[in-house]
Amino acid sequence: MTRRRMILGGSLIGGALIVGYTATHPMQVAGAILQGGGSDPGPSAFGPFVRIGSDGWVIVVNKQQEMGQGIHSGIAAMVAEELDADWDRVRVIEARNNFRAYGLQMTAGSNAIASNWDAMRNAGAAARAMFVAAAAHRWNVSSQSIEVRDGVVSHPGSNRSATFADLLEDASRQTPPQSPTLKQPEDYRLIGTDRVHRKDSLAKSTGAVIYTQDIQRPDMLVAMVAHSPRFGGTLARFDASDALKVKDVVDVFAIETGVAVVAKTTFAARRGRDALRIEWNDGEAEMRSTPELIEYYHQIAAGRGDLEPSDFGTKGENPGAPFDGDVVEFAFDFPYLAHAPMETLDCVAQVDGWNVSISSGAHLATLDQVMAAIAARTIPGKVDLEVVPAGGSFGRRGIMSSDYLVECVRIAKRIQGRPIKLIWSREDEMMSGYYRPMSHHRVWVQMGADAFPARWRVHSVCQALTPIGPNFQATEGITNSPYFSTASTVDGKIFSPSFPVVVGFWRSVGASHTAFVMEHIIDQLARRADRDPAAYRRTLYERAGDTRRIGVLDELCHKVDWGSPLQPGWARGLAIAEAFGTVVGQVAEVRLVDGRPIVRRVVAVVDCGIAVAPDQIAAQMEGGIGFGLSAALYGAMTLKDGIVQETNFDSHPVLRMNEMPAVETHIIKSTSRPTGMGEPGVPPIAPAVANAMLALTGSPTKSLPFLSGNALSNSDVSSQS
Amino acid sequence: MSYAISVNGQIHHVEDDGQTPLLWVLRDTLKLTGTKYGCGVAQCGACTVHVDGTPTRSCTLPLEVAASARITTIESIEGVEAQAIRDAWVARDVPQCGFCQSGQIMSAVALLRTLKTPTDRDIDVAMSGNICRCATYNRIRAAIHDAAAQLGTAR
Ligand code: FES
Ligand code: FES
Repeated sequence: MTRRRMILGGSLIGGALIVGYTATHPMQVAGAILQGGGSDPGPSAFGPFVRIGSDGWVIVVNKQQEMGQGIHSGIAAMVAEELDADWDRVRVIEARNNFRAYGLQMTAGSNAIASNWDAMRNAGAAARAMFVAAAAHRWNVSSQSIEVRDGVVSHPGSNRSATFADLLEDASRQTPPQSPTLKQPEDYRLIGTDRVHRKDSLAKSTGAVIYTQDIQRPDMLVAMVAHSPRFGGTLARFDASDALKVKDVVDVFAIETGVAVVAKTTFAARRGRDALRIEWNDGEAEMRSTPELIEYYHQIAAGRGDLEPSDFGTKGENPGAPFDGDVVEFAFDFPYLAHAPMETLDCVAQVDGWNVSISSGAHLATLDQVMAAIAARTIPGKVDLEVVPAGGSFGRRGIMSSDYLVECVRIAKRIQGRPIKLIWSREDEMMSGYYRPMSHHRVWVQMGADAFPARWRVHSVCQALTPIGPNFQATEGITNSPYFSTASTVDGKIFSPSFPVVVGFWRSVGASHTAFVMEHIIDQLARRADRDPAAYRRTLYERAGDTRRIGVLDELCHKVDWGSPLQPGWARGLAIAEAFGTVVGQVAEVRLVDGRPIVRRVVAVVDCGIAVAPDQIAAQMEGGIGFGLSAALYGAMTLKDGIVQETNFDSHPVLRMNEMPAVETHIIKSTSRPTGMGEPGVPPIAPAVANAMLALTGSPTKSLPFLSGNALSNSDVSSQS
Repeated sequence: MSYAISVNGQIHHVEDDGQTPLLWVLRDTLKLTGTKYGCGVAQCGACTVHVDGTPTRSCTLPLEVAASARITTIESIEGVEAQAIRDAWVARDVPQCGFCQSGQIMSAVALLRTLKTPTDRDIDVAMSGNICRCATYNRIRAAIHDAAAQLGTAR
């Protein structure tokens, strides 16, 4: 389909005008493969992302997945700004997965605003130009003399005006401009204002939103699966006789990931599963406990393993040469972390022969489509995937293996012809892995005469998140650190052990531990040099030419009146980190009660380029701080003889209302392209709290979480100067 | 066994095992899916409903016990407090993923029905049983204060 046909092919469809921008050539080829027989939204006049209803409402088609981050409002604001639409008459609908219409549908890496910045503004501007041309023609005036504001097209010279609805038919016949003129940031009326609200707040306050868990279909069955309690364990044998006696249990069978129980209701499926007798084969399973894994990591970092490291961030001549003089050594241990989104993992799927239809809160939809096709032994074009809002994810639904979705498809393939809703219990979710990997970092710094680092050595141990390619996520945030700026050499080595515990992307990925390493070290070095931690950082940023960090640091110090006294017993801790192109600084006010950190207030400054939806940026900052603090205080998934010990919110506490600090968010004014906000609020909070604790007690933190009786925090972490 | 159960002002006759948690009767049998499953062990509050006006975790309440009470769910919570809470929730854009919010709202409405002007401490006590993994806690707190203030002026 040519681009022109794509844009003009449909014009008015069911009374709605659809305009827009679409695929380039290679994507059309991929589209043909992926969407061979899948559902198609139909040809569109205004392109795939913008529709105008006959009532004048603007409908923005959001190809990104909404999992709480508010992306729908940012996407809609970019379109509405350039279209000069009336924001109160803009709706957002979630796009079905369709590569040919929308291109890749992958919501990950906090990139949804950044990656749509051009396409969405262009789609809005093109539609606006079509309305302007239609009005100019109708009134026989020049396009330049036409204005558009809040969904009204006017010609001030002759006092004429018309709404989008009035002009819809004519506009649909216009040729969309190839490269419409975009506004300058200073002309924005919507972007960057508090008018950009979420569109789903009411529906989410009435219980009306349908998540995967809530989907009801005629004839639907509910499935639960008994999984191996150990990573790498496989099914040896099972006895389903009691399970099949449970009322409303329909079928029990083995699948690749365990034993599936299919029933008429969720509770029957759960009871049926409880009644299974299963023997697992642990021959290939992980049998170790957390303290053994920590010890194993320490051995590796000390060079006593047989793992070959790879280099990262290496700098200078002969970085491996021995250190001498004033050398400071640090060691850190970080635990496995579960995502625990409020909605556990779930999926609805139906398989009829070659055809697969799925509904899920899938945020790697394009990948999920391919994985589903492989599981169902069909072609991707036969997989129709409806993307619904997810009750959180934090990375758990963005797993390369699409584990839960594939599991549902396999069950549906076996059942044939009936919709299957797969529900994972909270225990299933917490024990399923794809954790933020545990890691150990050992760092040596040779100090220069000026009390700044002269040489760095970093040995990191962390499982890789992807089966192939360099393990760069494990050290992102350390590689290219501005704190290397005064050093003549940097010697970075990453060791990537491989064993059956599965790891994955967890909100902020590598920065969730690497920011702690760098930010807590820098405070300790500043203290050692008897320098103020903010001033010490500033010098290093200057040496690195890192103007964005300097901007954030200065604003942060200004907002908290850095250096001013707090009440006795309270201290401030500072941390600054960059993740996904966004720089965030946070200052936490902390006191210790029985060794337990109490965080009452966090002031945050963010540089994320142009702020599209400031209130949603603030919301993500609050959420990121709460999520990061929860992990810092309590988060740890520990193994005992290979079995995960934290299985629900009783054994795995999370942050609650009474522990949430007040949060103040300040956004740096910027005219640079926007960068992401879903994850970057997370990394600084743990080191900010640790730095405040350091200020209070003089003792550094060597492992996370701060609290808990688990093996990690009790383990004797190697000495640290 | 058959139970007559009063949900949202209506009597429903349901054929379910008496041990079935109310949550699954609401969701699977009565198709009232606004009430969510989050943990199943009375730890997260996602399944909060009103049982004779008291906020209660429906995931651990057996049908045979629930059948003697008046149940209200998010779908039909009404009255000045509910309206004020909802308005405040929308004005502040409280929800993120939204999955916990049915439970949060059921707890918040019950709080405002007992205490006209709750303090921060009252809010901590009333709301700490409701986990929000998106950490919308500050907006929940602010919205409860807003709703209380709005009801105060309306009175
Ligand atoms: S589902 Fe009932 S408290 Fe969590
Ligand atoms: S809004 Fe997502 S869990 Fe509360």
